Amino acid sequence: MRIRTLEIGVGLFLLAGVLALLLLALRVSGLTVDASKDTYKLYAHFDNIAGLTVRAKVTMAGVTIGKVTAIDLDRDTYTGRVTMEIDSSVNNLPSDSTASILTAGLLGEKYIGISVGGEDEVLKDGSTIHDTQSALVLEDLIGKFLMNSVNNKESN
Amino acid sequence: MRKISILERIRLLGRSGIDVIAALGKSTIFLLRVLFGRGGLGNSGELLVKQLYSVGVLSLVIIVVSGIFIGMVLALQGYNILKDYGSEQAVGQMVALTLLRELGPVVTALLFAGRAGSALTAEIGNMKSTEQLSSLSMIGVDPLKYIIAPRLWAGFISLPLLTGIFCVVGIWGGAVVAIDWLGIYEGSYWSNMQNSVSFHEDVLNGLIKSLVFAWVVTWIAVFQGYDCEPTSEGISRATTRTVVYASLAVLGLDFILTALMFGDY
Repeated sequence: MRIRTLEIGVGLFLLAGVLALLLLALRVSGLTVDASKDTYKLYAHFDNIAGLTVRAKVTMAGVTIGKVTAIDLDRDTYTGRVTMEIDSSVNNLPSDSTASILTAGLLGEKYIGISVGGEDEVLKDGSTIHDTQSALVLEDLIGKFLMNSVNNKESN
Repeated sequence: MRKISILERIRLLGRSGIDVIAALGKSTIFLLRVLFGRGGLGNSGELLVKQLYSVGVLSLVIIVVSGIFIGMVLALQGYNILKDYGSEQAVGQMVALTLLRELGPVVTALLFAGRAGSALTAEIGNMKSTEQLSSLSMIGVDPLKYIIAPRLWAGFISLPLLTGIFCVVGIWGGAVVAIDWLGIYEGSYWSNMQNSVSFHEDVLNGLIKSLVFAWVVTWIAVFQGYDCEPTSEGISRATTRTVVYASLAVLGLDFILTALMFGDY
């Protein structure tokens, strides 16, 4: 009888340990088992991707509809090419939709927001979004602001 | 007191260096003999279950309790710092990354060395001093297989599992403080965490760390017990050595592993 309770205790311990590791994998790191979820690829070229990272989310109207899977430099146009995977349930994006790099909060992470266009034609797998808006770089903004105030003083 | 000449001092220094190297070699040979030595035992599964109970299950209470408190403290401290930058939503991400990458494996290994490692050393040392080990080999049972191997394997299996439990409990404790007490929105606690924690980078690396620590801590514990002077004073010194050596080894190895895993930015 003694050895039986011992075995049950050890069994429960092993079960709890494995369960904990599973929980860490699925709940905490968000590892998705259904990796074969249906998606399609879209490309977008940005003048400056400043701070956007792989795995960043792609949203439309604030709802996450996909994620960034790769970022590389286009050697011909010297722009940053972002590859996105969009849920195939969202397959009616007009072809003149705009993609812009946005920031969650003042210091938060960067993500891509897609604003809907007006064309009848829709973006298909592998097509490129042409109308893009680059990331807001704080240094550029401050630089412009300073130049403006200097110019204002000179004209006065 | 006899005056020690300089020559004698140099001789002693060299001797202590040789002693250290000899001990290292002895413990490695010991480990290899335990793992790959001949002589299978029919009931080794039963022995392993018994050791898993005393090494793993009985350590659960201290691991769970300290996990909850460390998670809660992390959430409180992190909140107070992150609040200054207006990004208190990131507290979940901070708690999870801290626990998975560092505190989980290290604190669990330190607690394990204190709770289970010292007990292993004292038990084996006591068996040695009461000549149970030598009587075992007298009746033809290899004490390395019968006494040491199940304990080594039990420690090796238990510590990674305990680390997983520690992390889960800690993240839950952090969630309790952050969500119910500090009023952080529950959705952003979990989603921030899931967005920033990656399975390969963080969970697997933490698991690898705890596997390494499991080997080192249990190895030191059983070797110190097996190698101790068979007197009550010798056992007490061996137990102290286990805790000190195991803690130092864990902290030192943690630095090396962290540098290897996260250092190449």
